Amino acid sequence: MVSPTVGTLDRRDVVARLLRDRDGLLVVTGLGSPSYDVHAAGDHDGNYYLWGAMGAAALVGLGLAQAMPDRKVLVVTGDGEQLMGLGGLATIAIAAPANLVVIVLDNGHYGETGMQMSHTGLGVDLASIARAAGFAEANIVTDQSGVDAVAQSIADRPLGPRFHVIKVKAENLPRSLPPRDAVHIKNRLRAHLGFDVA
Amino acid sequence: MNRIAVAAGDPAVDAKALDWPIELYRVLKQHDVRQMSYVPDAGHARLIELFRTDSDVVTNVLTTEEEGVAIAAGAWLGGQRSVLLVQSSGVGNCINMLSLPAIARFPLLMLVTMRGEWAEFNPWQAPMGRATEPALAAIGVRTMRADTPEDLVETVGSAATLAYGADQQVAVIIAQRLLGVKQW
Repeated sequence: MVSPTVGTLDRRDVVARLLRDRDGLLVVTGLGSPSYDVHAAGDHDGNYYLWGAMGAAALVGLGLAQAMPDRKVLVVTGDGEQLMGLGGLATIAIAAPANLVVIVLDNGHYGETGMQMSHTGLGVDLASIARAAGFAEANIVTDQSGVDAVAQSIADRPLGPRFHVIKVKAENLPRSLPPRDAVHIKNRLRAHLGFDVA
Repeated sequence: MNRIAVAAGDPAVDAKALDWPIELYRVLKQHDVRQMSYVPDAGHARLIELFRTDSDVVTNVLTTEEEGVAIAAGAWLGGQRSVLLVQSSGVGNCINMLSLPAIARFPLLMLVTMRGEWAEFNPWQAPMGRATEPALAAIGVRTMRADTPEDLVETVGSAATLAYGADQQVAVIIAQRLLGVKQW
């Protein structure tokens, strides 16, 4: 275990940068702040926001990426959410979807429940876990040039699955609430992709 | 496929009995299932192998059953039908994750092989065996139980239509009696 890096990046700026030129990107968000961050960057029919089912985000992304191998799928989640689905990193690595990128906005804390420190805040290195599981690439990003490099790699679409831990400040920003109607969001995304919504 | 279908010389295969794993595979293919996820299980072993050797179906081996619930939701978002093969003990691992298909009305088809209910040698299987159907019902998943191979094939066909056609969350409960007694 190593000393954890304290994040200095602004999570809203990070997400806005990653989604700035989103093109045909499909986005799945983990519950809590990542869902608000993605919504704050601009609601989009290609987004699926989770409000619960903690630990699901990267795996919903896996199912979607496998169903649509020609589309890029970006998962945006938090350290607490990903920690609840650690086994899923092994499952994703084995499945090896080339079109899946998982972003963990890591503030080292559980922001939604009172800023209790998470395992990453106490030193657990999620990127090393993903790399050991077999992700094509996994790294920790601590500065703006690193964020720009991740955005560029999403656009360039190198072979995945890829896993980027982005160290952000531990702060509770004003919430930007996406729709809570999960059926509506599901049907909206399916319609966006040209599928039946009946 | 024939290599598995014939299973020549396998004493476990009674030539006169309905070859239900093959029949389930056929029914699920008819329903255009394109993704299958599973935690390895003796009762599902032949069905798992049939899907794993089918290049038209993406299969995911899971570390825990709840992962398959999330994958199935993602598959549906992307226009594909998914089936989840688990054992009764794994149902307990799924409960909170099942709030996803329950609240979003994602089609969900789980095939659950039972332990702890019929000629069970391992006492540790009994509690979750007892809790399997009540736990699924409590979170909003419909259970459909099959006690014979004939019943099972028909039930899975019906469950697939309910799931993929009517956006229902369905678990087919495969009786331990149907699976046969595990040899220790």
